[in-house]
Amino acid sequence: MIVFLIRRLLQSAAVLLAMSVLVFAGVYAIGNPIDLLISPEATQAERAQAMHMLGLDLPLPLQYWQFLVNAFHGNLGTSFVFNQPAISLILERLPATLELSLLALIVSLVVGIPLGLIAGLKSGTAVDETIMTGSILGFSLPNFWQGMMLIMLFSVWLGWLPSAGRGETGQILGITTSLATLDGLRHLILPATNLALFQISLVIRLTRSGVRETLPLDFIKFARAKGLTERRIVFVHVLKNILIPIITVVGVEFGSIMAFAVVTETIFSWPGIGKLLIDSIMNLDRPVVVAYLLLIVTMFILINLAVDILYSLLDPRIRLGDA
Amino acid sequence: MGASRFKLPSPDGFLGRSARGILSSRKATIAALVCVLLLLAATFGPLLAQQNPYDLSAINLFDARLPPMSPNSNGGIYLLGTDAQGRDMLSAMIYGLRTSLMVGLFAGLVALALGTALGLVAGYYGGWIDALMMRLVDLMLGFPAILVALMLLALLGQGVSKVILALVLVQWAQFARAVRGSALAERNKEYIEAAGSLGLSDVRIIFGHLLPNCLPPIIVIGTLQVASAIAAEATLSFLGIGLPVTEPSLGLLIANGYQSLLSGEYWMSVYPGLLLLITVFSINLVGDRLREVLNPRLAER
Repeated sequence: MIVFLIRRLLQSAAVLLAMSVLVFAGVYAIGNPIDLLISPEATQAERAQAMHMLGLDLPLPLQYWQFLVNAFHGNLGTSFVFNQPAISLILERLPATLELSLLALIVSLVVGIPLGLIAGLKSGTAVDETIMTGSILGFSLPNFWQGMMLIMLFSVWLGWLPSAGRGETGQILGITTSLATLDGLRHLILPATNLALFQISLVIRLTRSGVRETLPLDFIKFARAKGLTERRIVFVHVLKNILIPIITVVGVEFGSIMAFAVVTETIFSWPGIGKLLIDSIMNLDRPVVVAYLLLIVTMFILINLAVDILYSLLDPRIRLGDA
Repeated sequence: MGASRFKLPSPDGFLGRSARGILSSRKATIAALVCVLLLLAATFGPLLAQQNPYDLSAINLFDARLPPMSPNSNGGIYLLGTDAQGRDMLSAMIYGLRTSLMVGLFAGLVALALGTALGLVAGYYGGWIDALMMRLVDLMLGFPAILVALMLLALLGQGVSKVILALVLVQWAQFARAVRGSALAERNKEYIEAAGSLGLSDVRIIFGHLLPNCLPPIIVIGTLQVASAIAAEATLSFLGIGLPVTEPSLGLLIANGYQSLLSGEYWMSVYPGLLLLITVFSINLVGDRLREVLNPRLAER
């Protein structure tokens, strides 16, 4: 187990290092780093000084080393636009993205699992067909357009729900969140629906195939033979068996939800890190872009690592086979 | 060549199987028909459109923001209304569909070629090549496609070739993994051994004998990936980091209509969005049916 852990940790570190080289290459080698890292309004003398300070007059490998050392100290540059360290800017916006993603995840499970169960149990019927076609539709709906349609329907035409911003926020355990106020929740409904729709389709498919694989198994036949009610078989025996893979996949998908939050936040003017990224790209605020990319990549590697470790705890075969 | 006698598991039949599979489902037949129609509309678009929306002399600024079915100043009708610059929405959509389909198909095909070649090589040779390639595939698939594309375009800036590059980079791994899987299963079969004992070159064995027998998963994934490439391009263009304004795809049209949506001028974003949805949905329906028909694991049930 310890060997597995060490090997897996080393792998993650290697991936992170490779990614940092890529991001570094993208910003420092392909683009002109002076244009990217120094405000265009700077004078010639300021530029020269800044270049020296940033070490841009050093050879490239040394520059990369400098970049790494700075990154390890949490110094990923200062935003041109906000004139504040890029990393703190991102951390400030993180709760908004997290609350949105979390809610979307919960919605996708609450809606997706029952629909998937129905489709799997009534496999081959018109109900199943309708749900599955609906899930393909959910996969096909362009996320951004679907969000716009939600705004059109519920904000512009019906006027029921707000279409932009986070609304009033409150404090829960010291974290500022929209989940704490009624107004905040009202603002959350549309963006969370928008973000959840794709995941709902995924959960439906996972649940349905899980049900279809579980139903013919011996222990279900045995449960039937024992005379258990169909209800008990479905909700206790089938559900318990398919829940683990669903939760695992959806856990990994959490990262994907956060990435898609970029789209949702842009449509609903949600002040999270996704909107910050797009704004920063538009404003050529490169330090923020770099900080976002490194942060999200780190997060992804950590999520994947956590899932792998969890898996190896649940299933010893993974640990014993070559990892 | 005597080698052809040894091609025992004949690859033909699967094309017929696909066609029969699609025709036996009404849903898939309609979807396939829609795909063909869209492809025709995109190909012959300039002949169908009532104006060239990017020819400045053809558009009339006085016709801006007209709702659907408004009369045209030259006696025609703007079936789907006009946009903020006075372009006929329907014409703009046909041109947008062209761009969207071109980018999606091209990116999908390049990813297919690249991923298939790498997957075949990995599956055929095995060993460290395989291990290295699959590590890379796992790495790529560990990150959501949209994030990788965002990263790339954030670093490279926008442009047609860059969008295609980004799409290829996020899609090749799907092909590589699936093809490697079937290549691995096929590699130890007798016809490959026979081809090898006849002294055929590795290239010939891989592309002449192994490839035809790995086609079904390639076709299925190819279909679904084209749909996802079209959707991804639209999303990136909507975010303003995809195609430049000079190459307006459906995504860009929707983005342009976004501002007008809040003031109730729905047609500028609703119709291009519907067209995008229909395109992606039909391709996905066909792909889903192909998966049902061509996947032997599912067919047994």
